[in-house]
Amino acid sequence: MSQELHNLVAHDLEPHADHAEKPKGVTRWLYTTNHKDIGTLYLVFSLIMLFTGGSMAMVIRAELFQPGLQFVDPHFFNQMTTVHGLVMVFGAIMPAFVGLANWMVPLMIGAPDMAFPRMNNWSFWLLPCAFLILLSTLFMEGGGPAAGWTFYAPLSTTYSNDSTAFFVFAVHIMGISSIMGAMNIIVTIFNLRAPGMTWMKLPLFVWTWLITAFLLIAVMPVLAGVVTMVLTDKYFGTSFFNAAGGGDPVMFQHIFWFFGHPEVYIMILPAFGIISSIIPAFARKPLFGYESMVIATASIAFLSFIVWAHHMFTTGMPVAAELFFMYTTMLIAVPTGVKVFNWVATMWRGAMTFETPMMFAIAFIVLFTLGGFSGLMLAITPADFQYQDTYFVVAHFHYVLVTGALFGIIAGVYFWIPKWSGVMYSERLGKIHFWCSVISVNMLFFPMHFVGLAGMPRRIPDYALQFADLNAFISIGGFLFGLSQLLFVTVVVRCMAGKGIKASDRVWEGAKGLEWSIPSPAPYHSFQTPPEITETR
Amino acid sequence: MKIIGVSHQPLLRKLVLICLGMFLFGFALVPLYDVFCDLTGLNGKTANTAAAPSTSIDEQRLIKIEFVANHDDSIPWRFAPEIPSIEVNPGAVNIVNFNVKNLTGNAMVGRAVPSVSPGAAARYFKKIECFCFVEQPLDAYGEKSMPVQFYVVPQLPAEYSTITLSYRLYKSQAQTAGR
Repeated sequence: MSQELHNLVAHDLEPHADHAEKPKGVTRWLYTTNHKDIGTLYLVFSLIMLFTGGSMAMVIRAELFQPGLQFVDPHFFNQMTTVHGLVMVFGAIMPAFVGLANWMVPLMIGAPDMAFPRMNNWSFWLLPCAFLILLSTLFMEGGGPAAGWTFYAPLSTTYSNDSTAFFVFAVHIMGISSIMGAMNIIVTIFNLRAPGMTWMKLPLFVWTWLITAFLLIAVMPVLAGVVTMVLTDKYFGTSFFNAAGGGDPVMFQHIFWFFGHPEVYIMILPAFGIISSIIPAFARKPLFGYESMVIATASIAFLSFIVWAHHMFTTGMPVAAELFFMYTTMLIAVPTGVKVFNWVATMWRGAMTFETPMMFAIAFIVLFTLGGFSGLMLAITPADFQYQDTYFVVAHFHYVLVTGALFGIIAGVYFWIPKWSGVMYSERLGKIHFWCSVISVNMLFFPMHFVGLAGMPRRIPDYALQFADLNAFISIGGFLFGLSQLLFVTVVVRCMAGKGIKASDRVWEGAKGLEWSIPSPAPYHSFQTPPEITETR
Repeated sequence: MKIIGVSHQPLLRKLVLICLGMFLFGFALVPLYDVFCDLTGLNGKTANTAAAPSTSIDEQRLIKIEFVANHDDSIPWRFAPEIPSIEVNPGAVNIVNFNVKNLTGNAMVGRAVPSVSPGAAARYFKKIECFCFVEQPLDAYGEKSMPVQFYVVPQLPAEYSTITLSYRLYKSQAQTAGR
């Protein structure tokens, strides 16, 4: 019965289910409803955005190479920090995770495709439109948004130019795209699991993405709301954030961070899932503490809703509120610690090998934990008064987002690209890419802790002379890290061109899961009849 | 275990409802924020309406009340309290004047927004009459003296000996004095 239904649905979803060949040309990509095509589109788009946002970071580091003003004027510098943040958060990290989900979730749960293939196409194609709008403001008179990626009122209302309207519209479109993507993933996981794929057999990548998708549909609408308020405050005479009309600029920060804190977990939970897939494969042991991993992920998601005000300790909150947000923030270290210890326990006495995905995964565990530790320091309210708005904060969130989220994504790409392309990536290039990245990224971000503790403020194009040496060192690290990623592009392009040794179906000796049971490269249509679930996770 | 081929619509409908609900919740945070501050007395917000007169006076205690006045860039008026501070008995009603002068050649309407620090003492600071309750029009180069009539509730916790009353003057949303 279910077999017949499945076939029926598969045909329903896939107009081309009968022929094996793919549609050709550019319309294949424009009209595609295939989850693998859309996954590829998302991943390629996020790689382009990584370099777009990255080149802005290079402008920032070039300006900060020496004290004084050399290359750009302060207003353009502000645009660079703002748009760098927006592009990396909404253009690079989030779409990369959605791309990985598109590729891997149906393969991991034995589904023929995503639940809403047409909506999937629309979710993706909204994104290039949104970023075209956002990036075009940089070439307009007066420049793009310059209020920081957090666009605090009144910087984004009273003191911004008309790029605000474009920025708000772009964020609305990105939000709609993210929400549709999240809904698609939730419905796919709920309704399209193969028979026998019970909840507690789901791979952790699927679990973490399910929880991430719920976070997305819970907070992206709040972001849409707050940008709408900015828009109406600026253009339609409302006073949400304007004290003259009875509003309150601090309220902007409350609403923004009510979105913003769950958002930072949206950018890390799927990486937890990727690492939880990679570590068991290369340690050749099942994941230690699967149930506790699921519970820890859900706990982190819940806690993310009650910690937002730790971003605003210095706004003059009462002591009771500061203590509440300090303790809840520190509480997050518990489920996160559970995860880190579980990964370490998975490796413990495993028959480990160190291919590139595993190298990035191990670097993720070490460096993400370092970012977590500086997060704990920032959680201590009285200490935060000292660290607020310094480079220490910049160091913290780049450790969790670059060596955390981005390294997770890169590890995932190395892990799964043989399945996508059918050829092994160049292990030699991969290793060089890893070592160049891991050394330069620490040159780039580690000294930021020290200049931050010494009092160097963030988002300022100039700095006091005593920070000169460390900043020059940081900038060199930044340029090296940027150049290292060209190696990554080389690796990916070689695979996409089919250059390399043919990959086996299982690819990795210790890899477990449905995605490794189909041929490499993954056929255009997979699991048209539901697979039998024989392996346990 | 769900059978594959189940209808996606019911779940999708629920998810759309969650989205719409959260969008509205974002806006609901605006009044909720004020209600929360009112209920808890956080944020240094004082009541924007006249308080009941004081009933008893505590002669034993003296509380120092400091006055701060500043103005927004949008309204180039001179704005300052007549005296920088005053010592009062809790419960005793006092009147202090704030002087304001329009430095421009245009008639304008100002609106003062009060704030009390420390925030937790705000609910013990009562205003019987205040120029901040209403809009304040001024002719070109006009000036006037604006009174605030207040008392401190005798139940003010012992740890507070100084309260700062701050006003920030904004250009009123009503653009001209003629309206």
